[in-house]
Amino acid sequence: MKIHEYQGKEILREFGVPTPRGVACFSVDEAVSAAQKLGGNVWVVKAQIHAGGRGKGGGVKVAKSQEQVREYANQILGMQLVTHQTGPEGQKVRRLLIEEGAQIVKEYYVGMVIDRSKQRVVLMASSEGGMDIEEVAAHTPEKIHKVWIDPVKGLTDAESDDIARKIGIPEAALAEARACLQGLYRSFVEKDAMLAEINPLVLTGDNHVRALDAKFNFDSNALYRRPEIVAMRDLDEEDPAEVEASKFDLSYISLDGDIGCLVNGAGLAMATMDIIKLYGGNPANFLDVGGGASKEKVTEAFKLMLKNPNLKAILVNIFGGIMKCDVIAEGVVAAAREVHLNVPLVVRLEGTNVELGKKILADSGLPIISGNDMADAAQKVVAAAKGK
Amino acid sequence: MSILINKDTKVITQGMTGKVGQFHTYHCRAYANGANCFVAGVNPKKAGENFEGVPVYASVMDAKKATGATVSVIYVPPSGAAAAIDEAVEADLDLVICITEGIPVHDMLKTRYKMQGKRTVLIGPNCPGLITPDEIKIGIMPGHIHKKGRIGVVSRSGTLTYEAVGQLTALGMGQSSCVGIGGDPINGTKHIDVMKLFNDDPETDAVIMVGEIGGSDEEECARWIKDNMNKPVVGFIAGVTAPEGKRMGHAGAIISGGQGGANEKLAVMEECGIHITRNPAEMGRVMQKVLKG
Repeated sequence: MKIHEYQGKEILREFGVPTPRGVACFSVDEAVSAAQKLGGNVWVVKAQIHAGGRGKGGGVKVAKSQEQVREYANQILGMQLVTHQTGPEGQKVRRLLIEEGAQIVKEYYVGMVIDRSKQRVVLMASSEGGMDIEEVAAHTPEKIHKVWIDPVKGLTDAESDDIARKIGIPEAALAEARACLQGLYRSFVEKDAMLAEINPLVLTGDNHVRALDAKFNFDSNALYRRPEIVAMRDLDEEDPAEVEASKFDLSYISLDGDIGCLVNGAGLAMATMDIIKLYGGNPANFLDVGGGASKEKVTEAFKLMLKNPNLKAILVNIFGGIMKCDVIAEGVVAAAREVHLNVPLVVRLEGTNVELGKKILADSGLPIISGNDMADAAQKVVAAAKGK
Repeated sequence: MSILINKDTKVITQGMTGKVGQFHTYHCRAYANGANCFVAGVNPKKAGENFEGVPVYASVMDAKKATGATVSVIYVPPSGAAAAIDEAVEADLDLVICITEGIPVHDMLKTRYKMQGKRTVLIGPNCPGLITPDEIKIGIMPGHIHKKGRIGVVSRSGTLTYEAVGQLTALGMGQSSCVGIGGDPINGTKHIDVMKLFNDDPETDAVIMVGEIGGSDEEECARWIKDNMNKPVVGFIAGVTAPEGKRMGHAGAIISGGQGGANEKLAVMEECGIHITRNPAEMGRVMQKVLKG
């Protein structure tokens, strides 16, 4: 689960990481009064969307007067901000962060993720702040320094100072850098994060270190014990179909094709998308109904897929193990009747009680196309989507 | 022979008395020699009771002492599952299979840290378990699709493993053992570990390896295969069509920072001599062709 920059900075401050002072705003007037309250003579007007690359897309502006704050807030609020992470349609800006300006001498990158092969949290730091870290990793990997953190000791003072020196933080600022790095680590662990990034971390003219940005992604498996993180969720930033799916405990991802897929199990669901593509079609979604799909869940899954205006056909691919094929077949028939299905439906059933399941589909009187195996079903659904 | 488990394995079920644990314990006991294999359950609040004649003990240690069991399977809900693994490791079991899906990744990091230097092997979490056909099934896979034979199967996914097994069985190729290593980013046994066991198993002739997007375990395994494996391997990776940055159901199935993509994995596997297929419906037929030479 992702959150906004201003929320990420609230978390960082809670863990002792210094950030510029700022106020989250939902209107132009709020933005101007926030600038007045903050004082000073330079402010940064920052679009708050979950995608990165906001600056390049015109979502971050430096204002030198309150009139400019008003002007920029007016421009940014409500715009469709297009970045390399939003897709061509962009993301509507509904929130702003008004922040005091900082005098920047040098920019650094610091971030944390979980290293799967070493099974440790890894701190990554680079002198190349403000840049996309993947770019740095691709072109100048020697500029990325790493520390794999011992979960019992945490990030030690020595490790913190060592990596800070390596990225060029001056001696006078090491103590403050330590507060940033150790605070980042503690927030990462204590809030169940999967990713935490400060890009850039900056050195100011008077040797202070400040987090100028904050990006967090949290482990959705741990949200049950982090109500304060759940409270930060902004549904406007998420795909409406994916939000709807999560209410019914369905795992759903929207894609740009026209063949809907309903599958049990994540691996088989991905493989189903792959085989559709292999036979010349394009999947409209990833949808895993899980191991215990009830008739209600299958019906909701059908409703979700049918909301997609591009949908031309549906493939149901079930390998029944614990989930019996007859139960699924009853669910499919009931759902198809309830939602007034208006696209071709191909169903492939395999596993427990498969004959019974196939009979239920055949006896339903519905125009369901039966797939004998995964390849046959995929070829049939691709043909159906093309109107053949 | 087989890998990791056989008809003589004695198993403790952690979380046996819950709804999920009861359901699967029933089916595991009904499969092959299961009635003699599943000898104990654990629930601190229900010690002294039994489920269908299987006695419940207060702790894994008590269950191990009373029954001599060396393996446990875990159905405990996500919030307590990592602690259940810790308990099994503390009791010095040989093998722990964690079926539970949805364990917080930071819990697994701590558990894996505590497992350093311990002898216990962990399979999972978020996995279907493992089976040696006609001998023993530990986990949630449908037993009837399997057939005893000489092909090993290792996979990160549940139903996609069943798909591979179903294809093999339909073509008359039985399985020596099938191991689901799970779809989480932080897990125990990896592809490479299972591959080594299959390579050493005299009753396994060839292996189907099923992977998916995320991480680099398949690449690591492929490089090991290139240098060490003396049996043919057929491979498939799910997620060629998966978009970057999206978690595809499994917590571990995510392409991030341009890494962990299916095409890259398939390319490495092919380079390392694995017989790859991009068609998930062809895993069985590719294996058939490979074995016929």
